[in-house]
Amino acid sequence: MENQSCVKIINEWDIVAARQLGRNVAKELGFGTVDQARITTAISELARNIYLYAGQGQVCIEKIYDGGKAGLRIVAVDSGPGINDLRQVMEDGFSTSGGLGAGLPGVKRLMDEFLIDSNPGTGTDIKATKWLR
Amino acid sequence: MRVRIPILKLNDCLLVSIQWELDDQTALQFQEDLLHKIHETSANGVVIDLTSIDFIDSFIAKVLGDVINMSKLMGAKVVITGIQPAVAITLIELGIGLDDVLTALDLEKGLEKLQQELGE
Repeated sequence: MENQSCVKIINEWDIVAARQLGRNVAKELGFGTVDQARITTAISELARNIYLYAGQGQVCIEKIYDGGKAGLRIVAVDSGPGINDLRQVMEDGFSTSGGLGAGLPGVKRLMDEFLIDSNPGTGTDIKATKWLR
Repeated sequence: MRVRIPILKLNDCLLVSIQWELDDQTALQFQEDLLHKIHETSANGVVIDLTSIDFIDSFIAKVLGDVINMSKLMGAKVVITGIQPAVAITLIELGIGLDDVLTALDLEKGLEKLQQELGE
């Protein structure tokens, strides 16, 4: 599908590749510098979570269109250990890695829409969307 | 193929201008290089200019915050300069305040601030 490109997250360099891909797509779609920074940062956080907690996974960047609106969706998927308590990880200040990573609440604030689906043992699936204003 | 961030000496200060997107390894290498350089040159102050940086994630923020505290332990003050509007907005939204960090709008003001801090 031409509206979607993915980067496999296996090592630290893939985090850089994922955010570069995201920044390029954000530029193509016409996002301003602040939204480009928000999107790049969100991708970096999600890709790092995969690298730190799941070992490996995938980050996909999609161009999405809804009526007259265009947007960018980050889809971060892994089949790692999953998250036990979703409510807890969405609380500010919660961290299992001793302060590395600002966590998911930060990513949620950077984006317009944020959906998370996770079950212990089956992995985590996060979709975060930013709409072009 | 890894590039190191150049650290320049100016009188009793060190000057660093980060010119490209930092990957994890480069950031950690910089942390170590800066502390060695402070030790080597007996610098009392450091200015780290981020004018060319267009995003900072929590990892880079942590490395920067850590190196500022590590420098403080050694006796050197650090001023961060040139944080872009987009970077300031995303850092705060992300929940990272970089509290207690000395900052200035640009390199020139950063050096002035450092001189004031060092009481000269």
